Amino acid sequence: MDGEELTEQETALYDRQIRVWGADAQRRLSKSHILVSGLKGSVIEFCKNIVLAGVGSVTLNDDRLVTEGLLSANFLVPSDPNAYTGKSLAELCSDSLKDFNPMVRVSVQRGELSNFDVDFFHKFDAVVISSCSLSTKKSINEKCRKSLKRIAFYTVDCRDSCGEIFVDLQDYIYTKKKEDETIECHIVYPTLEEAISAPWKSLPRKVSKLYLALRVIEKFEELEGRSRGETSAADLPEVQKLRKELCDTQSHAESQIPDALLERLLKGRTEFPPVCAIIGGILGQEVIKAISGKGDPLKNFFFFDATDGKGIIEDIGNPKPK
Amino acid sequence: MVSEQQPSAIEGAKVLMVGAGGIGCELLKTLALSGFRDIHIIDMDTIEVSNLNRQFLFRQSHVGQSKAKVARDAVLKFRPDISITSYHANVKDPDFNVDFFKQFNVVMNGLDNLDARRHVNRLCLAAVVPLIESGTTGFLGQVTVHIKGKTECYECQNKPAPKTYPVCTITSTPSKFVHCVVWAKDLLFAKLFGPKNQENDLNVRSSDSSSSSEQVEDVFEHKNGEEIEQYARKIFDHVFGYNIELALSNEDTWKSRGRPRPIYCKDVMPTEHVHQNGNQGRGSAAGDMASVSAMTTLGLKNPQDLWSLKENAAVFLEALKLFLSKREKEIGNLSFDKDDQLAVELVTAAANIRATSFGIPLHSLFETKGIAGNIVHAVATTNAVIAGLIVIEAIKVLENDVKNYRMTFCLEHSSNKMLLMPVEPFEANKSCYVCSETPLTLEINTHRSKLRDLVDKIVKAKLGMSSPLIMQESTLLYEVGDDLDEGEVANYAANLEKVLSELPSPVRGGTILTVEDLQQELKCSINIKHREEFDEEKEPDGMVLSGWTQAQAAEKNSKVSADNGASTSGASQAASTVPEDEDDDDDLQIILPPVPGKKRKLSDVTATSGVPSAAKEPKIKRKAEEINGDKDIVMLDDGNIVKKGEA
Repeated sequence: MDGEELTEQETALYDRQIRVWGADAQRRLSKSHILVSGLKGSVIEFCKNIVLAGVGSVTLNDDRLVTEGLLSANFLVPSDPNAYTGKSLAELCSDSLKDFNPMVRVSVQRGELSNFDVDFFHKFDAVVISSCSLSTKKSINEKCRKSLKRIAFYTVDCRDSCGEIFVDLQDYIYTKKKEDETIECHIVYPTLEEAISAPWKSLPRKVSKLYLALRVIEKFEELEGRSRGETSAADLPEVQKLRKELCDTQSHAESQIPDALLERLLKGRTEFPPVCAIIGGILGQEVIKAISGKGDPLKNFFFFDATDGKGIIEDIGNPKPK
Repeated sequence: MVSEQQPSAIEGAKVLMVGAGGIGCELLKTLALSGFRDIHIIDMDTIEVSNLNRQFLFRQSHVGQSKAKVARDAVLKFRPDISITSYHANVKDPDFNVDFFKQFNVVMNGLDNLDARRHVNRLCLAAVVPLIESGTTGFLGQVTVHIKGKTECYECQNKPAPKTYPVCTITSTPSKFVHCVVWAKDLLFAKLFGPKNQENDLNVRSSDSSSSSEQVEDVFEHKNGEEIEQYARKIFDHVFGYNIELALSNEDTWKSRGRPRPIYCKDVMPTEHVHQNGNQGRGSAAGDMASVSAMTTLGLKNPQDLWSLKENAAVFLEALKLFLSKREKEIGNLSFDKDDQLAVELVTAAANIRATSFGIPLHSLFETKGIAGNIVHAVATTNAVIAGLIVIEAIKVLENDVKNYRMTFCLEHSSNKMLLMPVEPFEANKSCYVCSETPLTLEINTHRSKLRDLVDKIVKAKLGMSSPLIMQESTLLYEVGDDLDEGEVANYAANLEKVLSELPSPVRGGTILTVEDLQQELKCSINIKHREEFDEEKEPDGMVLSGWTQAQAAEKNSKVSADNGASTSGASQAASTVPEDEDDDDDLQIILPPVPGKKRKLSDVTATSGVPSAAKEPKIKRKAEEINGDKDIVMLDDGNIVKKGEA
């Protein structure tokens, strides 16, 4: 295995997880660099998980000033308002995260995510994007793809008690154990653009309703020029109209996108902490898999809805086999 | 079920968390963020370094402090306006009685051992408080809901017992590395450093020749004036050389097996005093248990390295010498502890030398520590997911949203596209002795077995009672408690030593005993059946308890047959159990995937209540098929993940 051995301190601290994924994976983790943008509840949970796991560095990007609303599912920032005046969310979170694991470098990158170029993203092994518009997500996904090295790309979106994770690992080779043998696997991911513009006819049978509902709402936000999540129940009639249009052009049954679900997603602006914990946990696990190159990665969407309790994987938007 | 729609049920709730470890830290955080305002948390443990990779409320500077208290303080920093009450105590303390449990709207377990889980289950049943139970191992986890009268209780289904091995496999015919570890830990280590008068008739020797026991005592006794080096080499030659020679003399054993190779000290380490380092260290600061290490003196750094036979021999001798020189005072009172570096070194070396004799692949100290300490694999992410699922269930319970209760399995590989798989809770097992009043049956030789056997092997070991009371009709035969007078204490002590049929109120075939645990408020009846003979291999306890528990155990025995002979942890065969002591800081996992046709769904119960049971049968759903087409069921067997349907 490449690289030096784990130190005694690392072996003691990471004892229990090395027993899960092995010392090689732990070494790779400790050399990895993660970029995280949009520090909402599920992303905060994710940050905690990867800092505990012992990645090399985490770079936080979120210039928003802290308000009470931003802290509804945040356990990193002390409740004292005097402690957070004038500081950005990223700065405040970074202080606490450093504390979780002194062996991980946590830093802040100021600036608007969409302004960063390919060279900037090249520094990272994994990029996690949340709380931004669909067009920003797509453009960062493209930049990650242009980098010479493979950058694992993830987006996260939690609305009400629902959550979505998207994964793009590009051309991905990994190993897994099967009946005591280690076998090599190879999978090819579509981009975010490809995955969300897949014709609805081509979608898997009984595809998660959340996939469809979130596409409608994303489209609505884009057309209306709204920021992500800047919606309310009052938008429902307009969204219903859009749903009809989309379903008509895609020849899809409107009943697959129920009103009740749309309404929940539109009005649920407060985060639901248990769902943040679940989405942040699954995402943390996926990033650890992608970095260590061990274990079946998720391809390429994960959905969780607390009302039915199902955590579902969907594989959407694959290019037609040649 | 949406957070903002029903804040009142959450805000007004008073909840109890048992365990502030891997799941507990995550759970406390998520409860606080979700708006819970009155949280009580019990944990008897203190913080250790190996907790810090996932128990994120703790820091290096907290090592040694109470988990419950530090967790409370950490959460109050971001939610100062809520009430968190911490108890640095064992949940089995009498203070936490039924009345204590009654004050809570829901109890949530993040525990690490079966014993405490069973105890909390009983208190929740007695107090009629809903229980949400959870567990994780590696990437696997589960959350289950237990509500008296609505779902099964935690003990309605059998839990996997600690893996056990036939005694002769451990003493004479090991074929796997784990056999060597059990031998090194439970036999050799215990013999060298444990209590001298152990009630353990298993010698370290492999032969059963009756005259040997005195000779063995002689060998293990460290005589005054005997050089430590010499003693260590003598032990080495005895256990790895002489004992193997003895075993070899029994030709029958080796007809169908590879013959082991005796290993003598002089062959591996030709010159004496290869290392004088043990002596050099003698002047340095003694007393700090962690600093005494054979690896350090020998310059071995990486615990993941495989040691050669010579290195293992060197570690064995060095560790033994260090125990005798640096930790002499503890000898006679030591039991194996996975956090005791020197003990792990000695057990690793001994297991590896024995493995060499038997041609079994060697293992590193890191791996051996995991096997010997029964260390549960643990990662932060699974605990976070499980904690989220617990809170979702807790909210449903507070809202009395009965039809939406789910047990959820967190899987490593998706099954039918599902990574988180919700399943409707099972109906209570009608013959569960814990949550129903079904009597148990005990076959026992009432002319030979003493009351003590019944208390130890059945009431404590099988029924999980910690402070039992035993009655025959209105006569008390046995009782424990602080408020007994001297006469009662003497009386019960005398009863313990009497055979059942000679008790003041004789227990014979046909007698019905009442067994009760006042703290757990659990009471059950045992029908006594006299039986003359028991199979020593298959029924080592000399008694057989039946009722719901035994039915499954018997089924298992018939399948596993010979290899599982000594499968109970009765005292006389105790040496064969793999670690009964579960890891003290992790989250023991017991995954019980749905078994086809075994259980009814909650909805079936509610739908058919009052209907004669025969009429219900067609309604039984084949759960596993329904959920995942029988593919890829993940199940846990002693920490090993078994994937069914993937072969």
